[in-house]
Amino acid sequence: MEKIDWSPLLISLKTGIVATAISFILGIIIAGLVMRANKKVKWILDGILTLPLVLPPTVAGFILLLIFSLRRPFGIFLLNHLGIKVVQTWYGCVMAAIVIAFPLMYRNTRAAFEQVDINLIYAGRTLGLSERKIFWKIIVPVAGPGIASGTVLTFARAIGEYGATTMLAGNILGKTRTISTAIAAEVSAGNYDIAAFWVIVIIILSFAIVVSINVLTGHGMKNVKRW
Amino acid sequence: MSIDIKLNKKLNNFNIDIELSHDGKCLGILGASGCGKSMTLKMIAGIEKPDSGKIVLNGRTIYDFDKKIDLKPQERKVGYLFQNYALFPNMTVEENIGIGLKNKSNSEKKSIVNGYIEKFGLKDLEKRHPYELSGGQQQRCALARIMASSPDIIMLDEPFSALDSFLKDKLQLELLEYLKEFHGDIIMVSHSRDEIYRFCDKLAIMNEGKIISFGDTKSLFINPKKLEAARLTGCKNISKAVKTGDYSIKALDWNVELKTQEKVKDSITHVGIRAHDVCLEYEKSENSLEVFTDRIDDAPFEVTYVLKNSDKKTQGEIWYKIGKNMDFFNDKENFDIKYVSLPKDKLLLLD
Repeated sequence: MEKIDWSPLLISLKTGIVATAISFILGIIIAGLVMRANKKVKWILDGILTLPLVLPPTVAGFILLLIFSLRRPFGIFLLNHLGIKVVQTWYGCVMAAIVIAFPLMYRNTRAAFEQVDINLIYAGRTLGLSERKIFWKIIVPVAGPGIASGTVLTFARAIGEYGATTMLAGNILGKTRTISTAIAAEVSAGNYDIAAFWVIVIIILSFAIVVSINVLTGHGMKNVKRW
Repeated sequence: MSIDIKLNKKLNNFNIDIELSHDGKCLGILGASGCGKSMTLKMIAGIEKPDSGKIVLNGRTIYDFDKKIDLKPQERKVGYLFQNYALFPNMTVEENIGIGLKNKSNSEKKSIVNGYIEKFGLKDLEKRHPYELSGGQQQRCALARIMASSPDIIMLDEPFSALDSFLKDKLQLELLEYLKEFHGDIIMVSHSRDEIYRFCDKLAIMNEGKIISFGDTKSLFINPKKLEAARLTGCKNISKAVKTGDYSIKALDWNVELKTQEKVKDSITHVGIRAHDVCLEYEKSENSLEVFTDRIDDAPFEVTYVLKNSDKKTQGEIWYKIGKNMDFFNDKENFDIKYVSLPKDKLLLLD
């Protein structure tokens, strides 16, 4: 136990933060675009964007591997032109976490947008505000609590990602090993005490996440009565 | 100041098909809930798309289907007071009022906003958020916000429906004062005839997407001409009617022959009389009938007697309204209605 390598915690947090930040921005923008789309387009986009949430993560991992493999055109293109290698690297961790966690950000944000009184948007328009201003100054702040809880859920899902991560990024200590992949690796190596240590770390982390969701959404729950 | 509107739109159960011209101060649109009034306002504001038509505001074409003109709501300069006021909940009163001000320096903005805060009685509330305001304060804030954006026309969509009834009268008078600040046209939509009567010089009565009557508010209330118009302006007593002579009709639901002052048109289908125009009689007289009291509706300051013809051949009701301050009413025990007359100068001949 003395010689615990803390790198999985750092890699998990780093992956979680970067993946959440990217999902946050993409989620708000894409949810905003979907709200503007007509019904048919909305249904199709919604299906595609939600798919990774319902698919087994290994399926997402397999597809990502097909896309980013260094033996395939897109992977080769990335390596030759941008010098980015996704497979078996930390970028793979981030990519896997984004793909798996993004739907949570997108869906929560869209649900929060749907709750925004449409008259606020109409009022903004008749008052002469640009669509951009209406979106960023009115819709996003009003949908704030919903977006915030979506962000926390996204972060939680991102640091807990296992299936797609092992397939795309592997399980290399100090490089791509996150807490969730560390637990699996330690168990299969017979190091139950180290695995248990990581289990406790992840439970504490998860509890902190649940508390912060409740704090963030609690503002709007003040008037909720006990059943 | 003028607005010309011609709009068509297919809705689920009826079509909106209206043509209106207005160049006065306040135009009221009266109609039952779901008759297409709000949809009409939304089409003028550019929030909803008509199927075809044309809108010209102060000589400026803001929509023309044939010429493919369709200005965005942002460019139409149409102020819209929403039923729920639609104040931005994340902004304070002063931020709400200032948001529509464009191309102004910060100090200019501030002085304009302060001016409106002063004028609309929102002093000391400028740092509050909408949920910390009363209904009347929210309404004033919303109106100040609209006026700050200097629209060419203001449209009020059921402006009092979100308020408690005991506040309404006071706020109606207040709003009337604030609207005097505005020098453009005003269109107000409501299902409340009291509001329309108080606010509007001109009145359009709308039924299932069509304007069935248009004219001077006061004269439309006196003589609604159309059956639906009579109902919407609050006429309680309406009976089917047939012409029996140039100056006489038979009210079928009341089983009574009535003389009229106006010459009866061949197209007459109904006759109406307002509940307060019905006259109490002690003996048979012109246009009278013998009645019995079917039931009584007791309100705080007036009583409505629901009467029926004593011959019991018809079920038509005649409502007779009487104020509680009337002397003879206080003698309740002996108060029994035996005859009423429907004075010929008060009859509304409807088609």
